[in-house]
Amino acid sequence: MKDDQHGSLATADMRVLEKRITVSRRAFLKGSGMAAGVGALSAGSLMLPARDALAAEFTTLGAATGKTLLVMARDIFPHDKISDRYYMLAIEPYDAKAAKDPALAKLIGDGVAQLDALARTRFGKPYAEVDTEVQRVSLLYEIEHGAFFQKIKGDMVTGFYNNKAVWPFFGEEGSSWEKGGYINRGFDDIDWLPKA
Amino acid sequence: MSKTFSKDDNSVVVIVGSGAGGGTLADELTRQGVDVVILEAGKHHTQDDFENDEWAMFAKISWLDKRISAGGWHHTETYPNLPAWIVKGVGGSTMHWSGLALRFMEHEFKTRTTYGDVPGANVLDWPISYEELAPYYEVAERKMGVAGTKASGLPPMPPNNHYKVIEAGARKIGYKEIVRPVASNTRPNDGRPACQQIGYCMQGCKIGAKWSTLYSEIPRAMKTGHAELRPQSMVLRIEHDSSGKATGVLYADKDGNHHLQKARVVCVAGNSIESPRLLLNSASSQFPNGLANSSGQVGRNYMNHTTAAALTINPGPVYMYRGFDIAAVVSDEVANNTRRGFVGGYHLEGLALHLPFTAAFMKPGGWGREVSSALEMYDHMSCVWVCGEDLAQEENSITLHPTEKDQHGLPIPIVTKTDHTNDAAMRRHGLAQWRKLSEAVGATRVIDMPPYPASHNMGTNRMSAKARDGVVNKWGQTHDIKNLFVSDGSQFTSSGAANPTLTIVALAIRQAEYIAGAMKRREL
Ligand SMILES: Cc1cc2nc3c(=O)[nH]c(=O)nc-3n(C[C@H](O)[C@H](O)[C@H](O)COP(=O)(O)OP(=O)(O)OC[C@H]3O[C@@H](n4cnc5c(N)ncnc54)[C@H](O)[C@@H]3O)c2cc1C
Ligand code: SF4
Repeated sequence: MKDDQHGSLATADMRVLEKRITVSRRAFLKGSGMAAGVGALSAGSLMLPARDALAAEFTTLGAATGKTLLVMARDIFPHDKISDRYYMLAIEPYDAKAAKDPALAKLIGDGVAQLDALARTRFGKPYAEVDTEVQRVSLLYEIEHGAFFQKIKGDMVTGFYNNKAVWPFFGEEGSSWEKGGYINRGFDDIDWLPKA
Repeated sequence: MSKTFSKDDNSVVVIVGSGAGGGTLADELTRQGVDVVILEAGKHHTQDDFENDEWAMFAKISWLDKRISAGGWHHTETYPNLPAWIVKGVGGSTMHWSGLALRFMEHEFKTRTTYGDVPGANVLDWPISYEELAPYYEVAERKMGVAGTKASGLPPMPPNNHYKVIEAGARKIGYKEIVRPVASNTRPNDGRPACQQIGYCMQGCKIGAKWSTLYSEIPRAMKTGHAELRPQSMVLRIEHDSSGKATGVLYADKDGNHHLQKARVVCVAGNSIESPRLLLNSASSQFPNGLANSSGQVGRNYMNHTTAAALTINPGPVYMYRGFDIAAVVSDEVANNTRRGFVGGYHLEGLALHLPFTAAFMKPGGWGREVSSALEMYDHMSCVWVCGEDLAQEENSITLHPTEKDQHGLPIPIVTKTDHTNDAAMRRHGLAQWRKLSEAVGATRVIDMPPYPASHNMGTNRMSAKARDGVVNKWGQTHDIKNLFVSDGSQFTSSGAANPTLTIVALAIRQAEYIAGAMKRREL
């Protein structure tokens, strides 16, 4: 096993997963259904910095709101090794939903406006432009009990962590019955336990 | 050879619910030649419908009709409309269950005698003893194929990584009773295959290695030619005649049409929220407080175990989800040792979650680096569920909402639960012991979690020797109405520290023997 903290414990056999995505960026962009929408970047948006390009996909809610949601999603569950596009997968559905659901569009619109107003008062710029995570999180604490934050946070629990595309980052292997379970794939191969 | 019975056939036993209690009862009654009609509110899923996907299965099979959490427990905040995690479907919660099949201890049948009068609690002895139930535990272990028991003859479940890491910690801090009696085949048995360590046991075992009435008891009952199963049939009320005998049940089919099924005997096995709800909803001018409720105890004494959970980040990878979902179970704390500051005892049960449920249950409402940094170590995690005795308290209850109605027009249930001080002390002790156990193998972080939505629900139609103290007698027969039985965990007089299903099954086997005998003797 190759262990991140106790290299010296390493022996031979434990089936350890490297916690990273193995598909290439290209393959990802071409993507299966899961990356649809995000994959379909327009030609113009390819000229923008990555985050702005993603935010530009929000045609109903608008790029500024898209960017706020994206930064907010990352601040809620920050994983430094996971790129924005995976966060985008969790929040991107709001755009299409908001087109059909005025109540949702209003909740998001008002929520973002309130957050930006707070940010301007405190830091002189909109939330998504505030420099540090610590500063942005201090703003989120002020709105965390409100309906807007609760909605985004609640949806992220499933929208982000229940997205099979991110599971490899965590060492979650997902459905196993079609692979014959783990009976021959390391259900009992732990090798770092101290000898009794 | 499934059979159809006429709705006017008043010779049948009607069973409400097809889970652990109802499914077992159907099997055992039909085996003795008794005709049964099983009415099940949920759909009839098959293993083809099972996915290795936590949320997909949750959405597919859970009981999601509105319920309200009330009282002092954490669920009013964390799970306001999901007090309990119960299944709606043929096989009931035995589709979701994780398969741990523990017996009660002797003293857990005599809680009043053993614990004395506990202030603030409504503790009572069961009208049956461990010795009386022991032979039925044997039959249950054989029927369910509990691995590692003498009764089943099945070898123990082979230890997985998650088992090993917990066992190592447990031994280091001096624990000796490390067990794992799980109802999953360790070799082909009862027409079902051996466990392949798929590790999505709680999502419905795709290959049927884990026991469920869905593919064990129900098909067996159908094969006898003495059973009819009607899925998507929600029982709305139990009817009675002027002599106070149950005469049948009114139910709604999938299109909402109402039907009356006549019955010689009615057995209620809808789990501990729906069973008392049904009795309360069956109130009539003769029984204004609900059926079988002369004691006022229907819906009272709701117990769901004193539970807590914690995640441990270990120094090396574990992949807790690889293999059978129940890992090592520590039984050393089950004895009643009041020096710990509480009565009763608890189990420390290793129980694996996949990433999506870990994210949802770890810190409901939580966010930020505190949460995400822990989840990044998901592959290093082990997970415990503390399952301890929950003392009966009258105010912990299932009651009917004064105004809000469900899709059938029935008042929705309010599930009220407040911890006894005993529960809080036990929970603290369990979590502290788990921390020690984890640190003994080098844990770098231990995260306490609030209790999950209640998967064990008990006590709301409890057994009692005297009619005034409970709802049913030692056969699960209601004190008030001779041909009305309760056949699920709502019969429990105490919760014990054991997961309930093995005891539910043992009681159902025993009850079936009694009902079949009484019918032959024309007492019913
Ligand atoms: C995730 C999870 C894990 C678990 N793990 C374990 C474990 O490891 N060990 C253990 O011992 N227990 C475990 N349990 C608990 C176990 O599943 C239950 O204790 C057991 O199934 C209860 O049996 P029952 O017959 O009372 O109810 P259920 O099995 O829940 O069956 C009740 C059935 O009645 C139906 N019903 C209800 N009301 C009506 C009505 N009015 N009309 C018609 N039908 C109705 C329901 O749809 C349901 O199908 C677990 C439960 C869950 C959810
Ligand atoms: S681990 Fe065994 S019991 Fe659990 S789902 Fe897999 S095969 Fe079924």
